[in-house]
Amino acid sequence: MREIGIRSIEELFSDIPEKFRLKRKLNVPEKGLSEFEVKKHVEALLSRSETCNDMPVFLGAGCWPHYVPAVVKEIAQRSEFLTSYTPYQPETSQGMLQALFEYQSMICEITGMGVANCSMYDWASALGEAARMAARVKGRHEILIPKIISPERAAALKVYAEPAGISVRQVEFDAEKGHINLEDLRNDISDKTAAVYIENPSYLGFIETQVDEISKETHANDALFIVGVDPTSLGILRPPGDYEADIVIGEAQPLGNPMNFGGPLLGIFTCREDMALVRQMPGRIIGMTTTQDGTKNGFCMTLQTREQHIRREKATSNICSNEALCSVVSAVYMALLGPEGLRELGETVMYNANYAVHLLSKIGGVKAPVFKSAHFKEFTVNLDETGLSVKDVNQKLLGRRIHGGKDVSSEFSELGQTALYCVTEMHSRDEIESLAAALEGILGGR
Amino acid sequence: MEGEKMFKQASWNEPVILSKGRKGRRGHLLPKAEEQVRQTIGDINALIPDRMRRKTCPKLPELSEVEVVRHFTRLSQMNYGVDSGFYPLGSCTMKYNPKINESLANLESFSMLHPCQDESTVQGILEILYKLERWLAELTGTHEVCLQPAAGAHGEFLGTLLIRTHHELNGEGEKRKEVIVPDSAHGTNPASAAMAGFNVVVVQSNEDGCVDLQALKAAVSERTAGLMLTNPNTLGLFEKNIEEVAKIVHEAGGLLYYDGANLNPLLGKARPGDMGFDIVHINIHKTFSTPHGGGGPGAGPVGVCEELEKFLPVPRVAFDGKLYHLDYDKPQSIGKIRSFYGNTAVLLRAYAYILSLGLEGLKEVAEVSVLNANYLMKKLKGIKGLALPYNSEKPRKHECVFSAKPLKGDTGVTALNVAKRLLDYGLHSPTIYFPLIVEEALMIEPTETFEKEELDRFVDAVQDICEEAYTNPEAVLKAPQNTSIPRLDEVRASHPRTMALSWRMYLKKQKQEQ
Repeated sequence: MREIGIRSIEELFSDIPEKFRLKRKLNVPEKGLSEFEVKKHVEALLSRSETCNDMPVFLGAGCWPHYVPAVVKEIAQRSEFLTSYTPYQPETSQGMLQALFEYQSMICEITGMGVANCSMYDWASALGEAARMAARVKGRHEILIPKIISPERAAALKVYAEPAGISVRQVEFDAEKGHINLEDLRNDISDKTAAVYIENPSYLGFIETQVDEISKETHANDALFIVGVDPTSLGILRPPGDYEADIVIGEAQPLGNPMNFGGPLLGIFTCREDMALVRQMPGRIIGMTTTQDGTKNGFCMTLQTREQHIRREKATSNICSNEALCSVVSAVYMALLGPEGLRELGETVMYNANYAVHLLSKIGGVKAPVFKSAHFKEFTVNLDETGLSVKDVNQKLLGRRIHGGKDVSSEFSELGQTALYCVTEMHSRDEIESLAAALEGILGGR
Repeated sequence: MEGEKMFKQASWNEPVILSKGRKGRRGHLLPKAEEQVRQTIGDINALIPDRMRRKTCPKLPELSEVEVVRHFTRLSQMNYGVDSGFYPLGSCTMKYNPKINESLANLESFSMLHPCQDESTVQGILEILYKLERWLAELTGTHEVCLQPAAGAHGEFLGTLLIRTHHELNGEGEKRKEVIVPDSAHGTNPASAAMAGFNVVVVQSNEDGCVDLQALKAAVSERTAGLMLTNPNTLGLFEKNIEEVAKIVHEAGGLLYYDGANLNPLLGKARPGDMGFDIVHINIHKTFSTPHGGGGPGAGPVGVCEELEKFLPVPRVAFDGKLYHLDYDKPQSIGKIRSFYGNTAVLLRAYAYILSLGLEGLKEVAEVSVLNANYLMKKLKGIKGLALPYNSEKPRKHECVFSAKPLKGDTGVTALNVAKRLLDYGLHSPTIYFPLIVEEALMIEPTETFEKEELDRFVDAVQDICEEAYTNPEAVLKAPQNTSIPRLDEVRASHPRTMALSWRMYLKKQKQEQ
């Protein structure tokens, strides 16, 4: 204060008009607490939680329980990564840039695509951005999506699409299999269609098998084919690049990021290696280059002329802060698993989920799954014949210290009293069997 | 240049991970399906329809656990964070990220919670979110806060959507198509407005660096949907005419949006809501000390006046006096801008930060951040080659913006060169070439969490560099030399022939070259 010649700190605030200077107390704790007190307080609040450590939890629906290896946690806390900003000065940020380039590269490998950005906020916002990108590329303003889609993703898509003048149309599903109704797709698609979007596995867990037909139909109409994925399936399921997707999006939270009560998540965003597409991509993209003297490889943010800090209102998106550290986490996870690990993960998940299907479907009155299709890690359980609601059954399960699947009966009223169950590599055979036994007991009145 | 002032960053020549490893190596083993499960289900491949089975494995690297650990540890050592040293990146508020917040966010009683769990099993986290909403509303002078946006720009997108919805409901959606932003605004402001379907109208700053009232009066009309403003602005100056600005915009029928990137110096001192702002976003990862993570995740909660509350995304966190709930019954809500409830792991850290400091501590944060910025301004002001445009006598708030234009004219050394040379001192550079209204801008925000010694070290470094520019400009022009890597060929990075945005793209181009 002496150096700058002021006697009171208030002098530095003298330019704030008197009437706006806060003089009263606020409804915020007045005094700070010691670190120990803060720790005690927060721990006490959270100790009221019941997590999947305390009871089996069979929830997925866009955020999935998967084991996070110790190595992943350790690297995520490296403070050189954790406390750095967006790598605007590449020479001093090579570590972050390379890790993000590796994330992009591994996402490309598992999706079968050419180019990935280094993250979107989540799958839902990635879908919104993908629709806008397709409209820019094609100069068309309609997107077709399946009727069976996460209602949250559909809602976010609508919010992102509407200001860009994009209308969203839902394609009917095949009542028996849940798959896209191809006939309906052929009726809906036209020269107004900017893109067709499907999810694989679908929100309700089944695997869409008509990908080649949908891809062909989409491209025959000169529209873009957008596919949404759960990347944990890609060790065993065909990568969308293989069926000629133009844009692949999805949720990479299950690749090493904890659920964290739903956030942060990690939106995947990739496209084919086609500059007409790449130049319309949203978000940060890291490129590999060399030093100016050409002697060493290095990494930097590139194609920044698409972005808000350069293009302002003409940018492809306003995204700035993203989920970079979660991308590093996923890079570490993918490197730890390798190709075999990713395949094993997919297999284990699918084994466990189908074991649960097998046991639950044997219970009287229970229909699991609703659709006659192959299911990956999630599946529907219908209770219509039991006369009980999902809500009631879930309450009773909770009483037996089991958390049932997500109640989707209001999201898809045409499916009746239906819950969406999720089983991963973290659910042991014991837990799956205890679920089956508990359900049987509840429905049998025991 | 004296050797002792320099640092040397680690330089590992670490190959891209996809080029490493050996067939058959594994870094981690996950649990496998139990034998009985396998027997019951049979061959998993028979369950997958043949046309959907993956036939070739993805080309991920095959590495042992320790190889993965070493690789990423080495990469981290080639990265500079707030924990490494001074980080005066203007408008980014690179303050210290308290470690206690990290350990709390990593508690499994939080991190293992699924967002769709029964409300009775998540009361603790709901209480934290509810209270955080209340505190943020109090601190910003808004009526209600929505925690969902994942970043500042995401908050801006929500805010501009609220503006749009407000006018649509008043039957003026077709008419009010213009959002006004000052020429000193962050790039996200016009980008967000455009994303929400608005045309952007730019108003010039006056010679004081503030919104020109005459220009603003000329810009508003019946087409005006709103004004986006950051206060203090990107020059670090408080918009002292804010009351008048608010009046002009409101009288024209527009709404006032507050870009919260620069909220730090106002904590507990003044509130955007009191100044007439209708919508306020908060950068949790700036003002409330959560780490930037190399670009995210952050969180960008949005506070609104009473009239706009009904439009906020669902669900709202509610409290009935006994229990906390997630309330989806909001018929006028715009819907969703993302899945679930926000970046809760980031929000939990902010809750702990506010609890640690209290209102008194937050006030001190504002005061010290302003004191530090003004101290730096004072100390840097005399340095030959640097100019302080826009009212050099007026106190700054959280940051100050110098211009290296005289230096460039005298020596050819630009703001970029100064920034790169600072890296050689083990300091991070300021934000450069922003705001756009300052030529050769060096935008410096020291925050409250650096000691006077650090500030002095920075001033000395800038002084050294400017002197060096006059005596030995080559040394500055070829900087940095002490970082992991010298200057990169950014043209090569973005040229279609050499561009490599993934490892497979790189390999493909290599092949083509041969």
